[in-house]
Amino acid sequence: MPANSLLIAGGTVIDPEQRLEAARDVLIKDGRIEDMAAGLAKKERLSGVARIEAAGCWVTPGLIDMHVHLREPGGEADETIASGTRAAARGGVASVLAMPNTEPPIDSPALARLLAAKAREAGAVNVLVAGALTLGQKGERLTEAARLKEAGAVALSDDGRPVMDSGLMRRAMEYARDAGLLVIDHCEDASLSQGGCLHEGAAATAKGLRAIPWASETVMVLRDIALCELTQAPIHLAHLSCAQSVAALRSAKKRGLPVSAEATPHHLLLCEDDMPGYDADFKMNPPLRGKADRQALLEALADGTIDAIATDHAPHRPQRKELPLELAAFGVIGLETALGLALTRLAAKGALSRRKLIERMSCAPARLLGLKSKGSLRRGADADVTVIDPAASWTVKPPFESLSRNTPFAGLRLKGRARATIVGGRVAYAL
Amino acid sequence: MAAISWDRKDLLGLETLSSGEIEGILDAAAPFADNPRSRGKALSGRLVAFFFSEPSTRTRSSFEAAAKRLGADVLGLSAAGSSAAKGETLLDSLRNLEAVGAEYLVVRQELSGALEPLASKLKASLLNAGDGCHEHPTQALLDVLTLRRKKGRIKGLRVVIVGDILHSRVARSNIHALTALGARVTVCGPSALIPAGIERLGARVSHDLNAALAGADAVNVLRQQLERQNRNLIASLPDYAGRYGLSPERLAGHKDLLILHPGPVNRGVELDSACADGPQSAILEQVANGVAVRMAVFSLLASWRARHAR
Repeated sequence: MPANSLLIAGGTVIDPEQRLEAARDVLIKDGRIEDMAAGLAKKERLSGVARIEAAGCWVTPGLIDMHVHLREPGGEADETIASGTRAAARGGVASVLAMPNTEPPIDSPALARLLAAKAREAGAVNVLVAGALTLGQKGERLTEAARLKEAGAVALSDDGRPVMDSGLMRRAMEYARDAGLLVIDHCEDASLSQGGCLHEGAAATAKGLRAIPWASETVMVLRDIALCELTQAPIHLAHLSCAQSVAALRSAKKRGLPVSAEATPHHLLLCEDDMPGYDADFKMNPPLRGKADRQALLEALADGTIDAIATDHAPHRPQRKELPLELAAFGVIGLETALGLALTRLAAKGALSRRKLIERMSCAPARLLGLKSKGSLRRGADADVTVIDPAASWTVKPPFESLSRNTPFAGLRLKGRARATIVGGRVAYAL
Repeated sequence: MAAISWDRKDLLGLETLSSGEIEGILDAAAPFADNPRSRGKALSGRLVAFFFSEPSTRTRSSFEAAAKRLGADVLGLSAAGSSAAKGETLLDSLRNLEAVGAEYLVVRQELSGALEPLASKLKASLLNAGDGCHEHPTQALLDVLTLRRKKGRIKGLRVVIVGDILHSRVARSNIHALTALGARVTVCGPSALIPAGIERLGARVSHDLNAALAGADAVNVLRQQLERQNRNLIASLPDYAGRYGLSPERLAGHKDLLILHPGPVNRGVELDSACADGPQSAILEQVANGVAVRMAVFSLLASWRARHAR
């Protein structure tokens, strides 16, 4: 058997795409899933193949995080492609969608190609490219969707900034649909959130901080849904945070509109009251909202109204966070903690079955981004595999693979983590 | 007795103070308020430094008078134009003052909560003289002291705070102190100036000043700022004054209502001159009590420092 083979032996395969949860050995060859069967590891012809012992572990399609800020180019003091993808690998994430709000923004085919090339060279996991929706992410002129697609982009987004011009958003959605790209929208009406820093509620009031009302998100969710109904072009709503947005999404889906959405681990697990004092590691946009909002997100994730878990991994070096809260940067890291949090706080608590958990973290993102050879362990699929040890206990604490350490979950004891992350048949990470 | 129950290096806000601690400060202030010429030695030979990155005349002069009457040397540093003051810069500035020998740092700046993380990094005692829209503890203490002296108690009093609650650190600190001591607080103002969830701080909400004043023992009138008009939080100052300004007509039938105002007064906007200068006004008494309260705070912090000196 050639050296480019790998056997994952003794684990329980959980592949929601094949509706499979069973003891299986998985054979990888030349970067693809070659075979999957019970007892494969005992075959004599495979005795010389490199193997990963996965007894007691889950073997799942490689996780896909469809909302990640790698900061390169331009923000290399916060994160690089190398460090961000190492963080992904450690978190069991085999593919990340890199958001284009870098410096400069990825708004041209040439930049998309450069980023993809750099990622192939420096990336520990697959880096999928999201192009900017508008030139310079200024919300004024469309980027070249078709040529960005040719250059390798799989989605378009002005993430980090709202697209305030509804006419432009309509054209962008139509154009992206024609080119076969998903539009991902950061839903925020800047005229409602202006200058705000925390959720508009009792916690922000007690702290004396300007606040962001839930309506700043929901106004744009409703607009996007209307534009989706008008154009029938798919739209993906990033990092939903409040119950009213969830309700709008649920009703749009009932009407059969091609709307999808993601939620982050921090919005699923934390709320406005969880910020200790003025700790900027709890400051992100959209902000942590109320208890009822968190509950609505959990229910929507469980019933499939929210399609995917994505981290909105947003690294910032300490100098951008150790500031008075109003001056501190928005965002938290998430790649290294998402799986452990989901296992400990969602699956173990019964909020989400393990099959749904893997579906929301792998199959759904693959489906939404049109990645036909990912999100499944079918024969012939890309050999992106996450081996999960559901019993491994660990504590969230530095050192992280990420260059930054802005997590609200520091010190938390978690149960379950990636034992190994296999990307294209190669071991990107092994515990 | 009060001095023994006080166990804090700093005074950052009133939210985390117990009713006993607040009463301890008021009790310590009483003798200073009884005798406005009283002096003390609690700060004898000590250096008190001021670091104000927002303009202030009365708070600063009140702190300064209090420090001097307790025997302190004072040092002022006004950080003009430091609206972009960053946390590290503020910490550096305060460390410099500490290096000069200051044991008490009286700080005002425009960012809510900016002092909290710095307290543990400084040996000096930090006194919050106003942080953004968060807290202004000594202002609320002097308001409460004035109320207590005029009304004889706090428990059971009905106090209305009217005006721009959204941006007011005075309102927040007052709510914390008054509710801790058993008063019933109603905040009153236009919807745009009442922050979400203020009820959870223990205040009732009203948008109708006449209704709010019914049965009230005191009204604390906040300063209305013209700049709010530019952000459409109010339509105009006259429009605001018509609904929320305190006029003799509105005062009719409320002859026992005590009027407080943190100053400086916008005469004719939130408060008519007749009300500001009338018999129900406690505004100048507030100013006098401000010195007493700040002397009390300095004294308590000084006793803490004496107990914790090596």
